[in-house]
Amino acid sequence: MLYFIEQCLNGIQLGMLLFLLAAGLTLIFGIMDLVNLAHGSLYMLGAYFAATFAALTGSFVLGAIMALAASLATGMVLEIIAIRPLYGRSHLDHVLGTFGLLLFFNELVRLIWGPAGMTLSLPSEMLSAVEIIPGVFYPVYRLVIILVTLAVAALLYLLVMRTRLGMLIRAGASNREMVGALGVNIKLLYTLVFGLGAALAGFAGLMQAPILTVQIGMGENILILAFVVIIIGGIGSIRGAFVAAIIVGLIDTLGRAFLPDMLRSVLSNNVAITLAPALSSMLIYMLMAGVLVFRPEGLFPAASK
Amino acid sequence: MTARGDPLLNPLRVAWLNPRAALVAVLLAVLGLIPLYAALTGDTFAITLFTRVLIMALAAVSLDLIMGYGGMVSFGHAAYLGIGGYAVGILWKEGFASGFVQWPVAIGVAALFALVVGALSLRTRGVYFIMITLAFAQMAYYVAIGLERYGGDDGLTIRTRSQFGGLIDLNNRTLFYYLCFVILLMSIYLVSRIVNSRFGLVIQGSRSNERRMRAIGFPTFRYKLVCFVIAGALCGLAGALLANHTNFISPSMMYWTRSGDLMVMVVLGGMGTPFGPLIGTVTFLLLEEVLSRVTEYPGLVLGPALLLVAIYLHGGIAGLLEGRRNG
Repeated sequence: MLYFIEQCLNGIQLGMLLFLLAAGLTLIFGIMDLVNLAHGSLYMLGAYFAATFAALTGSFVLGAIMALAASLATGMVLEIIAIRPLYGRSHLDHVLGTFGLLLFFNELVRLIWGPAGMTLSLPSEMLSAVEIIPGVFYPVYRLVIILVTLAVAALLYLLVMRTRLGMLIRAGASNREMVGALGVNIKLLYTLVFGLGAALAGFAGLMQAPILTVQIGMGENILILAFVVIIIGGIGSIRGAFVAAIIVGLIDTLGRAFLPDMLRSVLSNNVAITLAPALSSMLIYMLMAGVLVFRPEGLFPAASK
Repeated sequence: MTARGDPLLNPLRVAWLNPRAALVAVLLAVLGLIPLYAALTGDTFAITLFTRVLIMALAAVSLDLIMGYGGMVSFGHAAYLGIGGYAVGILWKEGFASGFVQWPVAIGVAALFALVVGALSLRTRGVYFIMITLAFAQMAYYVAIGLERYGGDDGLTIRTRSQFGGLIDLNNRTLFYYLCFVILLMSIYLVSRIVNSRFGLVIQGSRSNERRMRAIGFPTFRYKLVCFVIAGALCGLAGALLANHTNFISPSMMYWTRSGDLMVMVVLGGMGTPFGPLIGTVTFLLLEEVLSRVTEYPGLVLGPALLLVAIYLHGGIAGLLEGRRNG
């Protein structure tokens, strides 16, 4: 039972991370109608920025803030230089172009930071574990990730639902042409949204940096997971992304933790050992395929929000 | 979009003497002479590289059938490549070395997988279709990782190539090269016959306007599904060839970036043209090879080049030679 609670927390933590990526991706997808395969690269850059700046300044928090600013700036510059010409083109062109960007960023990182990965060490007070309920110890830093991301989600909610910029973003998601016709500077709005998405991805990367090795290609697997999240949640819906991210995070983590034992109780030991890893990795893709077949618009279609 | 005479819609009708036809002729001649060049100079690497080019071109041709002509943007095409490869590898491991068993199984299993994926995916449209095909490819990728007996994550080395009972010896580099070349040419011919048949016109019609095709009485879902299965089978064959070429299979054959590579090859060469996938594959793989020789960081050039192609080169290289823009 205690193990179950711990795994649930791990699942929520993964879900929070996915939400940070998926929120930006779903905004960019919903508003600019852009399939952005380079989103994982921004996540990777965020992690590299954090590792570099933290080493330079000697402070994790200072490094994180600088990395966030750098991700935002990178995103906005990237949008102006490379993404703008892709708006209004077919999804295939988006895939091709942003796939090129992905190759470019992987190589750029190799050029700047070298092929070896980096590590980012946490300040000592984050290294301990706390007893969240009697008997369950959980690493402080993972709790920090969950809480900080929840705060970011709340801020994002306020930004989108309660500010003028958010109103324009929502309007853009439901009818782009009309927003432009009403005299809103669409170009600027797009650049801001892309920058916001990049900052969120970079934030996910920098939060994850101390847990994993910072390495080239780290964004590629997680990008696909983020796509799964926005498809399940419904394209363009931040609320959907939030719920779907937690569902995906929980299913993935709990599947990996408990599926082997569950299979062992039904099947022979050998079969279970062979089957379990593959099956637990496939769970979320099955969920996504199921959602697409039975509810193609996702669980929370953007139009209904 | 009904004009059958429009050369962009019906590439076989293009007059023979144009830059594109000339390029294709030169390209085929060069490809045909590669083993001769290798024999004269002793450069066996050229033959290895170009065998790979031919096999990937076959995969690209199969993707072009659904993506270029059918408008079905599959982001999981590398899965069929992997399935074909794994069919050969698994059968070899279990003691079935005959190519007469391995290759039909590779084609059959790939077709079956395409049937399942297609039956579920073709209910969705646009970006959802892109993502669901990707999801299925990822599932295949994780299944391959889970196959501990066949190497799991590390992949499996296949020690003997498919046996054809003394008929063809695949260990002979030159012979294997020409076998791939002939299979590729036959596939290009097959695809251009398919797309210009009544069946193919229905497929092309559903790309332009599926609702209209349904309204005039075609069950487009069935047509598209059959097309999807043919493409899967063809790519399964490419996978069987690839496993024989590299003597190695691994899950990374099916990783999503491989599917991305295949899409790049098709779009780069020119979608919906008979020789576009071949042109694209040659360009992409050679560019990769040359760049990795001159610079340590090929992606710094290749990446932006792809972006520029996406932005400026609508019809791919084939479209460029046409001297006009598609769409």
